[in-house]
Amino acid sequence: MITINGTGVPLPDDLRVTLLDLLRDGLNLSGTKKGCNQGACGACTVLVDGERVISCLALAVQYEGRSIVTIEGLGTAGSLHPLQQAFIDHDGFQCGYCTPGQICSAVGMMDEIRRGVPSHVTEDLASTTLTLSRDEARERMSGNLCRCGAHNGIIDAIFDARQEAAE
Amino acid sequence: MNLFTYARATSAADAASKFQPAAKFLGGGTNLVDLMRETIERPTALVDVTGLSSAIAEGPQGGLLIGAAARNTKVAEDTLVRTRYPALSRAIVSGASAQIRNMATVGGNLLQRTRCTYFYDDEGSSCNKRQPGQGCDAIDGFNRNHAVLGASSSCVAVHPSDMCVALAAFDAVVHIQRDGQELKIPFGDVHRLPGDRPDLDTTLHPADLIVAVELPPLSFSARSTYRKVRDRASYAFALVSVAAALDIKDGKIADVRLALGGVAHKPWRASKAEAMLRGGPATEDAFRAAAAAELADAEPLSHNGFKIELARRAIVAVLVELAGVEA
Repeated sequence: MITINGTGVPLPDDLRVTLLDLLRDGLNLSGTKKGCNQGACGACTVLVDGERVISCLALAVQYEGRSIVTIEGLGTAGSLHPLQQAFIDHDGFQCGYCTPGQICSAVGMMDEIRRGVPSHVTEDLASTTLTLSRDEARERMSGNLCRCGAHNGIIDAIFDARQEAAE
Repeated sequence: MNLFTYARATSAADAASKFQPAAKFLGGGTNLVDLMRETIERPTALVDVTGLSSAIAEGPQGGLLIGAAARNTKVAEDTLVRTRYPALSRAIVSGASAQIRNMATVGGNLLQRTRCTYFYDDEGSSCNKRQPGQGCDAIDGFNRNHAVLGASSSCVAVHPSDMCVALAAFDAVVHIQRDGQELKIPFGDVHRLPGDRPDLDTTLHPADLIVAVELPPLSFSARSTYRKVRDRASYAFALVSVAAALDIKDGKIADVRLALGGVAHKPWRASKAEAMLRGGPATEDAFRAAAAAELADAEPLSHNGFKIELARRAIVAVLVELAGVEA
């Protein structure tokens, strides 16, 4: 069994099925997107036990017993996740195809910041207290491409949502 | 993707017992699953070893012992790694994306395969690494990302890892399980140059299981860093990278560790440069001379000649930074 958005589902019979294809084709959870299918674009980003991963390079069977959250598990049309609302408020997308991956990735990133995980642009490695600068956010979100080029809006949305969470 | 069986190992001995011919040990899968989808790797059995040790602990003689199943993020964020071996933390966070670093294991990182596009192009290209004897389309092809050191007439691919460059600089020791015994292999002996067998990335046997990577104690390891030069600011493989540690006493270089990424079929330990630097002055001129000596045997291909000067300059820039001298 594998837990998807709080519900236990059986593993696929075919061991070759990726976590991404299980979500989209097996469970009709089509919010998670298939972009490059080779780990380069981040459109398929989901959360596994709270950590962001790309589901296209993950065989579903590897995640037996784990808890997966997709964009469908973060918010609903009637009750948006703060990041979903912030993406709308700040034009964090045009076509929207990369957006579910961007939002799942940003949720995972916030937790990494809280944990003090360093990034390529972190100057002081010894310090475990991090401040989320715009450079830090850009670097940490570099695994999620936006072909429409909405990256400035995405960074604005992340900062807005973080502000709201802090208040 | 071909059909395969899947089993989870609960211990190194259990992993060995579950291994069979044409099996592969599976870490995070970020490279292996991709290669399986492209039918470049066709294992008939996967033995998932992510449940084995991922602990990061004090090593036997000081230093650190990192379980092979540790995810890249876990190593990069570890307090002991970032304070004692900062070049390793910096190398890891300059590689891949945050998502991939959350998945990828240390053992898997060592065994990842080249991203040479001809290696990946099963249907359209010749590649001696993929199919021994087939030829190499990279040598006269688009070889901007390829090797300038240690290549052969069979293969000019580069090793893609950032983490491994830092491990090479720190003289890491790879603990493997072979035939029920635990062996310790110096990091520099794990990966190999292509020669006429580019299909072999490493000296390890197919059934060898990497169980841990040991970082030996090094008095000046805290004075270390990693610099990566790439085509964009983030999430790209290295054109050239440098891992270095520097020990300066009384204005002289008491000791130094230097390794290069993006230039060879294996993480390239810059032993010639190290030998020239030891005991000499910590000046930019000395760094320049050492960098020139290391790259003296470099051979450019049609599109990657820039890497030679880039590597020289990157070495000098990193040593200048570590020495704190005026550039």
